[in-house]
Amino acid sequence: MHTKEFDYYRADSVDDAIEQLEAHDGAELMAGAHGLLPRMKTGEESPPALVDISHLDGLATIDRDGDTLSIGALATHADIAESQQLKQHSSALSDAAGEVGDLQVRNGGTIGGNIAHGDPRSDPLAAVLALDVELSVQGPDSQRTIDADDVFHGAYETAVRDHEFVTGLGVPVQDDAVSAYAKRRNPLSGYAMVGVAARLRLDSDTVTDARIGVTGVADTPFRLPAVEDALEGESVDGDIVEEAAGRVEKAVDPSELRGDSQSSGEYRAHLLSVYTEKAVTAALNRAG
Amino acid sequence: MSRHDISLTVNGTEHELTVEPRTLLVDALREDLGYTGANVGCDTGRCGACTVRVDGDAIKSCTTFAVQTDGASVETVEGLADDGDLDSLQAQFQENHGLQCGYCTPGMLMTADTFLQDAEDPSRDEIREAIEGNLCRCTGYHNIVDAIEDTAGLAGQSQ
Repeated sequence: MHTKEFDYYRADSVDDAIEQLEAHDGAELMAGAHGLLPRMKTGEESPPALVDISHLDGLATIDRDGDTLSIGALATHADIAESQQLKQHSSALSDAAGEVGDLQVRNGGTIGGNIAHGDPRSDPLAAVLALDVELSVQGPDSQRTIDADDVFHGAYETAVRDHEFVTGLGVPVQDDAVSAYAKRRNPLSGYAMVGVAARLRLDSDTVTDARIGVTGVADTPFRLPAVEDALEGESVDGDIVEEAAGRVEKAVDPSELRGDSQSSGEYRAHLLSVYTEKAVTAALNRAG
Repeated sequence: MSRHDISLTVNGTEHELTVEPRTLLVDALREDLGYTGANVGCDTGRCGACTVRVDGDAIKSCTTFAVQTDGASVETVEGLADDGDLDSLQAQFQENHGLQCGYCTPGMLMTADTFLQDAEDPSRDEIREAIEGNLCRCTGYHNIVDAIEDTAGLAGQSQ
């Protein structure tokens, strides 16, 4: 199947890529193209020009820099799923990367593109929210960072502007934190029907801070403050997890959730409660 | 419309070709270069019949523009057999009747061959997870898993 025609430019640096974006009206960046190409085939998107950044050096690394794990935008989902450093310090992101598509898709798709593309069913987006990941973005005149809570604006809509380039992610390393991702997979597409990432900071067995990120459920990935509040300050012993997850159905309005042939909004709300409990439980199990 | 001169090394043979930016890798391989092993199944990145290796990684060639792979080393199913002699994995697919209509087989072989390069003594669950991105519409998964498991077992014995 052919996409519409477009012009192709291969960038030789981040600055060159941004110049190409500015020079060609409507141009998009392309790395793995695993978000964009399928949507170009269906005609949902038809950029007149693509700027290929997949060959840029030094943007696929995963390094620890003090209290931050820095992930280059061109790291593939396979790179992230297999990184021992990420498994140790940000397991929710490793879990989510390992749930993307299938082996071949994980070899092709990159994390920077995945976030900038903003597909509201994408697994890593839940982990971005739960782990409070900071995006590093370069524009024509300046660099800036975007906090996790400010990244997602709607389906395929993010805070990344037209002539900006996501260069990488910063994941906070917190020795008192545990995290996990739990997902109900859409059997047709492999995307998340419901995906929940949970990150808990613990002092002995007391939750001092909780962040829950959700994907697949609405047009924008979101957090669950009602569940976070229910967990914070509580001892993880007892029925606290079930009670916290039980708050989901009051916290969301099923009529505002995605409904499709696989699941109504009401069923998604139910699944969200179930998978919130699974994600929190899996995170706590990692506390050992 | 722009066109681009690219070079691809396919199964060790270098090719020069001219492609539109929108030419998919699978179409460049099949239509321009005559490597018809990789099949087009769903053309949406789900079925895996088009799986080839690019610079060592199994990818779906229907979800890759050929121009992106300029300068890359591509391996297709045609590269597995040695002058007509089936390689170990192909032989086990034959032995285990790991194919029915055969349409998914080139992609299954390329995914499984890549998986087996790193996996030692994989479990059946690990094998099923590895071929998650390859659909067999004849639903002959059981024998395909047998074939991959036996190939891994034979490789283990010979070490």
